[in-house]
Amino acid sequence: MNDQLNATAPVRLTDAQIRRQMIGEFWFYFRQNRGAVVGLVVFALLVLVAFLAPVLAPHSPTDQYRDALLVPPIWQEGGRSGFLLGTDAVGRDMLSRLIYGSQYSLFIGVVVVSIALVGGIIIGLLAGFFGGWVDNVIMRVMDVILAFPSLLLALVLVAVLGPGLTNAMIAIAIVYQPHFARLTRAAVMSEMKRDYVTAARVAGAGRLRLMFRTILPNCLAPLIVQATLSFSSAVLDSAALGFLGMGAQPPSPEWGTMLAEAREFILRAWWVVTFPGLAILISVLAINLTGDGLRDALDPKLKRS
Amino acid sequence: MVRFILSKLLYLVPTFIGITIIAFSFVRILPGDPVLLMAGERGVSPERHAELSALLGYDKHVVLQYFDFMGRLLQGDLGNSLVTKRPVLDEFLSLFPATVELGLCAIIIATLIGVPVGVLAAIKRGSWFDQVSMTAALVGFSMPIFWWGLLLIIFFSGILGWTPVSGRISLMYYFPDVTGFMLIDSVISGQKGAFVSALRHLILPSVVLATIPLAVIARQTRSAMLEVLGEDYVRTARAKGMPQYRVIGIHALRNAMIPVVTTIGLQIGVLMAGAILTETIFSWPGIGKWMIDSISRRDYPVVQSGLLLIAALVMVVNLLVDLTYGLINPRIRIK
Repeated sequence: MNDQLNATAPVRLTDAQIRRQMIGEFWFYFRQNRGAVVGLVVFALLVLVAFLAPVLAPHSPTDQYRDALLVPPIWQEGGRSGFLLGTDAVGRDMLSRLIYGSQYSLFIGVVVVSIALVGGIIIGLLAGFFGGWVDNVIMRVMDVILAFPSLLLALVLVAVLGPGLTNAMIAIAIVYQPHFARLTRAAVMSEMKRDYVTAARVAGAGRLRLMFRTILPNCLAPLIVQATLSFSSAVLDSAALGFLGMGAQPPSPEWGTMLAEAREFILRAWWVVTFPGLAILISVLAINLTGDGLRDALDPKLKRS
Repeated sequence: MVRFILSKLLYLVPTFIGITIIAFSFVRILPGDPVLLMAGERGVSPERHAELSALLGYDKHVVLQYFDFMGRLLQGDLGNSLVTKRPVLDEFLSLFPATVELGLCAIIIATLIGVPVGVLAAIKRGSWFDQVSMTAALVGFSMPIFWWGLLLIIFFSGILGWTPVSGRISLMYYFPDVTGFMLIDSVISGQKGAFVSALRHLILPSVVLATIPLAVIARQTRSAMLEVLGEDYVRTARAKGMPQYRVIGIHALRNAMIPVVTTIGLQIGVLMAGAILTETIFSWPGIGKWMIDSISRRDYPVVQSGLLLIAALVMVVNLLVDLTYGLINPRIRIK
């Protein structure tokens, strides 16, 4: 009897071992979703392309070749080997512009999600932790922001702040932030009732420590999933703003802005319209696939079923 | 039920006031002079500046201006457009049917395709149909619809020549507005070919606008259906020897529809955002295009009031969705 008890006694793991085990478990579930793995690979490639843009791009994204206006892609009649995916109306190389455009999309996604995430976490923590009127006021304000269709509010904010990439990112971040605030608040409220929080409180943990060290790490799973989804929406919405002339301004090779410039040529030169949109679709799809996989791997409710 | 409705209505009041504050302050929070800002790069003469300031009430204290704004709002006065000089509300009401027609067609397409696809994918979970349709749904969900619209124009208007590129109806037809819905008005007018022309103009924008809601509805229906199919009462129904179509159609579908109805209702916000892009691409004369045009013309009274009207509209529709949810799901009401 005694022997048996000793045999099943828990093995004490170091923090690093626990972490490695958690990552291993996460990867085990993530790997089961084939789409998610494909999405992650495509996304990794995208990051690589963005970082290596100066090496990979055959031309500068803004150089205009006056003798090569609207050259079709290489496989079509009239295509030139110097311009694999053709050129746009002012003779800029499409491929190079697409490659540099990936930098914009990733940069926009990272900045928007960071601002929205940090803002939303702080606001949601305050609302969930303090409750009462603080919670009421904060959540009503969030309701008001959510009452507006996000793209419309972002558009109007940009109209107020002035068109441009920075303002577009700020506007989109403001519009997304309530989602993070709501999620954080809900998670905080359910964690607050747990014994470990009471224990930490009894042990004399201060408010800030309780909020950020005790509670927050246990609320991260839904936030990570929401962050991925917001990343893809940010890429889409910023491209939409660029398309409407309110985001990144020409001549920057942002994919939405490229589409806006290409609009008048849609019936004459299919390639100037097709490729930038395809680039947006592939990136957003890859991120969404990854997000689906993350949700399956992180959501313990789905894990059991 | 009455208490349920009243409590929901009461809940809207602070949100509505918040919306008015945002709509009001968006011109006012700007650093600098709103009149100069509206004038843009052209500038404005001192006389015209004073005149405009007085006209728009910018010479008063901000709080007073807000109360003025609210007072006029409650009387149904939303100001006049700086460009056309017409009342904003009139412009909104004359363009609104075009957007409603487009939005309704889109949501009908999305529901008629999305719900059956979702149900079938759930029943045949893991089959090739499930995999193909859910992949397609994910692609649709990730679609930049402004690009999708351009692609459809290239293919159907450019290559095939089946559909027109812009507008609501061919210029050769003219008839008075009766309902504001081109499909209905063209039938009422009795002119030969008018209905077909209106339909051909409507089809591409509707498909584009329906894309994202369709993907969301299909995915949501599938997951709601999967959840319900695992419930005890479905197993009971099967155990009683009920035929498959009755189990699915009566026991499972009705319960699975509850979250789906909410999802469909909540697409209104998505539709409004989508309408901005779709109407811009297809030069559809609705409120989405109107807002974009007003923003680029710096017609701030229109932007301000348009923002307010659209947000109020979304709010009211969300309330209706909430109430419908209460109606079809008694559990919510009792809580």
